[in-house]
Amino acid sequence: MAQIFGKSSNSIARATLVGGFFGVFAFFGLVYLVYCSPYTTDQYVPREQEVPFSHQHHVAGLGLDCRYCHTSVEKSSFAGIPPTETCMTCHSKVWTDAPMLAPERQSLARSQPVHWTRVNDLPDFVFFNHSIHVQKGIGCSTCHGQVNEMPLTWKAHSLFMRWCLDCHEAPQRYLRPKDQIFSMDWTEPPDQLQRGETLIKEYHISKQRLEQLRDCSMCHR
Amino acid sequence: MSRKSEIRNPKSEVRSTDISGFGFRHSGFRRRATYRLVCYLALLAAAAGCRRDMFHQPISKPLETSDFFQDNHMASRPLVPQTVARGHLNEDSVFYTGMIGTNLVETLPFPITREVLERGRERFDIYCSPCHGRTGEGNGMIVQRGFPPPPSYHIERLRTAPVGHLFDVPTRGYGVMYSYAQRVETADRWAIAAYIRVLQKSRNAKLANVPEGQRAQLEETN
Repeated sequence: MAQIFGKSSNSIARATLVGGFFGVFAFFGLVYLVYCSPYTTDQYVPREQEVPFSHQHHVAGLGLDCRYCHTSVEKSSFAGIPPTETCMTCHSKVWTDAPMLAPERQSLARSQPVHWTRVNDLPDFVFFNHSIHVQKGIGCSTCHGQVNEMPLTWKAHSLFMRWCLDCHEAPQRYLRPKDQIFSMDWTEPPDQLQRGETLIKEYHISKQRLEQLRDCSMCHR
Repeated sequence: MSRKSEIRNPKSEVRSTDISGFGFRHSGFRRRATYRLVCYLALLAAAAGCRRDMFHQPISKPLETSDFFQDNHMASRPLVPQTVARGHLNEDSVFYTGMIGTNLVETLPFPITREVLERGRERFDIYCSPCHGRTGEGNGMIVQRGFPPPPSYHIERLRTAPVGHLFDVPTRGYGVMYSYAQRVETADRWAIAAYIRVLQKSRNAKLANVPEGQRAQLEETN
C-alpha cells in the first residue's frame, strides 16, 4: 500500500504546529494594534464641522487666549463651547459675507445653536474636571496637543486609561508653572522632574492626594 | 419565513433546505456546534453593545443635544420666565450695574488691591486686548484685521469718564462692541475697569506722583 503522507508532511505538520501557536499571538497582536490605532481611537483624525473653525488661525494667527472662547475652563468641569455671540463679537464686522460662516449667521438669526461635533469624548463612566487640572498645573497642550497648529481640530491623544495614568502616577513629569498653563509654546525644561517636584509643593498637592490620584475611584466615581 | 422565526427554530430551517453547503443535514453534532457558535457570536455582539451603552449612558452633559425636551432639543434648559437662577438675584445694583439710579459710579464697589489689579490685567489681556491692544491704544490684532477701531483709552473723554463707565461698557456693550457679561464675571469686569485706570495713569504719571522716598530709585533705573 502506498504511503498516504509524503516526506514533506513532517515539515508541514511542524510548521502548522509552530505557525498555529504563534498565529494565535499574531492574531491578538493584530487586534491590539488595530484597537490602538487611529482607526479606532480617532487620534490625529481632523473632525469635519459645520463651520470649519481653525484654531490655527485664531490662536496662532490672531493670538486669542484659550479662555476667550472656552470661558468656563478655570471654574467648571466643562471647558465650554462658545455661544454664537462669541463668534459674532468679531464676525458681525469681519468676514461678514464669508460663505463658510453662513451657519453662524443663521444660528444668530434663528437663535438656534450651531452643532459642533465633539472631538474629545470621554466615556460616560469617567469623571473628569477641567478646572482642577488647570488650577493644579496641567497645561492645555499637555492633553490637547498643539491646538495652535490645527486647521481643523483633532484629538491629540488616544484618551486610553493608560494615558491618563501615565500622568496620574507621576504628575511631576508634566506640571507647569501657573503662568504657562495656557501657553502653546511651553516646552519641557531639561530639569522638568526637579521643577515638577517643586511645583507639586507650590500647588499644595499633598502626599495623600498623590496616592489618591491612582485610586480607581478618583476617576470612576 | 421571517428572520425572527429563523432564529427561534433553527432546526426546521436546517431540515427544509441546506443552502449553506456545510452538510447540516448529515450531522446532529455539527448542527449543535454551529448553533452554539451562533449563540457565542451573538453574545459577543451584545457585549460590544454593552461597551457602547456604557460609553454613552443616558445622562445629559452640558450643551449636548437631547430629544427629551421638544422646544430646543438641548440638554441645557433656558430659564423659566419670571424666575431667578440660584446665585443670580443681583440685588446689589451698584455692583451689578455700576450705577446709582441713572448715574455712573465714580468709585469701585470694593477696595483695589494688588491682587485685583493683577486679576484685571490677566482678564484684560484675555478678553479686551484682541481689539483694544495690550496698552489700550485701540490697535489690537482684530482691529488690524478689519474690525472698526475703538477709541484709545488715553483720550481726554475716557480719562475723565467715571469708572462706572468702564464697567458699564463691557457689561452692556457699546456701539459695535458686544456685551461681555456672559463671558467675564462681574467682579472681573470691575477688576478690568480698575486695570484700565492703571493703563491710563501709566501714560500720564508725573514724578510728583511717585512717593518721595522712591524717586531716586526710579531715576537710577532710568
